[in-house]
Amino acid sequence: MTPVIEVESLTRKYGDFTAVDAVRFTVAPGEIFGYLGANGAGKSTTIRMLCGLLKPTSGRATVAGKDIARDPRGVKRAIGYMSQKFSLYLDLSPWENLTFFAGAQGLGGKKGRAAVAEALERAELTDRAHGRTGALPGGVRQRLALASARLHRPAVLFLDEPTAGVSPDARRAFWRDIRAVAAEGTTVFVTTHHLDEAEFCARVGLMVDGKLVALDTPDALKAAHVPGRFETVEGAPKTLLAQIPGVQAVEPFGLRWRVSLADDAPLADAAALSGWLVDHGAHTAKVERADPTLEDVFLALVGGAQ
Amino acid sequence: MKARLTRIAAMAHKELAHIRRDPQMLALALALPLVLLLLFGYALSFDVDHIPLAVVDQDQTAESRALVRAFTAGDLFVDAQRGAVVEDVLPALRRGDVRAALVIDDQYARHLARGEPAPVQLLVDGADNNTAAVAMGYAGALASPPPAHLPVTLHARALFNPGLRSAVFILPGLIVFLLVMIAVMLTSLTVAGEFERGSMEQLFATPIKRIEIVLGKLIPYFALGLLQVLLVVTAGVALFGLPVRGSLALVGGISSLFILANLAQGLLISVITRNQMIASQTAVLSTLLPALLLSGFVFPIANMPLPLQIIARIFPASHLVDALRAVLLRGNGVEALLRPAAAMAAFFVVMIVIATRKFKREATG
Repeated sequence: MTPVIEVESLTRKYGDFTAVDAVRFTVAPGEIFGYLGANGAGKSTTIRMLCGLLKPTSGRATVAGKDIARDPRGVKRAIGYMSQKFSLYLDLSPWENLTFFAGAQGLGGKKGRAAVAEALERAELTDRAHGRTGALPGGVRQRLALASARLHRPAVLFLDEPTAGVSPDARRAFWRDIRAVAAEGTTVFVTTHHLDEAEFCARVGLMVDGKLVALDTPDALKAAHVPGRFETVEGAPKTLLAQIPGVQAVEPFGLRWRVSLADDAPLADAAALSGWLVDHGAHTAKVERADPTLEDVFLALVGGAQ
Repeated sequence: MKARLTRIAAMAHKELAHIRRDPQMLALALALPLVLLLLFGYALSFDVDHIPLAVVDQDQTAESRALVRAFTAGDLFVDAQRGAVVEDVLPALRRGDVRAALVIDDQYARHLARGEPAPVQLLVDGADNNTAAVAMGYAGALASPPPAHLPVTLHARALFNPGLRSAVFILPGLIVFLLVMIAVMLTSLTVAGEFERGSMEQLFATPIKRIEIVLGKLIPYFALGLLQVLLVVTAGVALFGLPVRGSLALVGGISSLFILANLAQGLLISVITRNQMIASQTAVLSTLLPALLLSGFVFPIANMPLPLQIIARIFPASHLVDALRAVLLRGNGVEALLRPAAAMAAFFVVMIVIATRKFKREATG
């Protein structure tokens, strides 16, 4: 399939500072593409270039077949954008917001009304269409903003930190929406610093200091970048866990401990570890195999870059 | 073309929604003109009358009493201290009990009888120079006989505002002031506000063009501005007998051009400052002050030093004051508006060119 986003050594400099450094990747139609990185790693700068809001210093990129530097207006017609800072006018009603953004996309009259009605339905706000947007809870507002960004059925949706400051429940609802959008064939390019959310992405790119240091499916990233294995342990003191042969780290994990072991640690599996703990006095210890997370990938890669 | 109109209409609609959702602002926009009109019309009058006058008549003749009557017959002077003596005059002036004193020499009637100049002294409180000037002018006119060497009788009559009433004189200036307020509001609250909220970037990510954003925003405030003009003119006619001698369409037309010029200036300010607070303060300084001080609204431009005159003539406010007086009071037609219109148009073009340049360059980084 022809990629819907193609990025080739895209670079953006501010004076001596390189915010985005020769980034290259492609995104397939209908893919959920996660873009991770710390604040200031260059995520928003990349998105702003891809949305035609910022000219690249060098390199090139096309979005939905339009060159971002030569045809920014073509890009803007093909995309929906939810910026990190602002998405809706809080003093206006949901209906007024949607009607305005539909109009800004050139959707007026009957077409505009139909798009607005559909968006209200998607955000489950049909019965609250005329209240103040500012009175809605943050999560509901973000769903409304998402519906607003795709009023004109764009080929690509760019979401810049869409779940920042939103409750966990609302984040789950928001990600259900994102998956539904992708299932309809819309490409979703999303930045986040919630690493658990990145698990929902088909592929994940990791930005560190303006460079794209890793790009793959979450599973492949974990396999490639996280050495060793993880066990969760309940009912044993941290001091004991720190003495396990081949231990790399012990971290709190809810009420349990998450223990990271080197690949060549002598206790080969959970049962062996459990036996060792009992032998060392932790009679009630329970051990379970744990999966590596993107958090581990992130730590491994960012640690390596420093 | 259709999509463009849709986008502009959407923008205008949104601004209207913002205004509707902020009833305080709307109430202020509509009540302010009336409050200012009443304030300027009734309270802040430049008309001088009822000046308390001390009369020291040392002559006490029929002739001297006739002169006193001539002074106190009109509304200008009221006889506050009849029968005062010369020694009382200075202290009374200093205390502010009287603002003027008429001192008639004891040889007054005798001088008159001989056909000689009769010495009469008028002392006025120069601390209030407006009152002083009016008092002295009136006294001069009263006291001077028709010039004997010229076969002329002077009949002075103030045309267009026969009573020389302040309300009539001030109204055009008030309209200018109100329109400037609209421009300031537009600038600081709406354009700079979009930058401050971060919504400007969201707008830039849609196909809407910058000129469409500006036009869309302009429409509702423009309408509000014209509504205010209509309100002030109607109230002016009803309350102060403002004459509307020229065409209201011309008033609307030249006011529209003025709004455009101010909007362009406001746009430039907000594009540069990108902050509501700084934008509104800059706008107040650069629009409200010229409208108040340098427009000829209160202080005649011709009396200013040349550099100030030039500055006053650069800003559109002075031209609108001229134009409104020409149309409303003097009943001029379109020919009197060519110069003000040209000046405003030039100002508009310069402002809008710089503003869009700045707008464009900043937006694409």
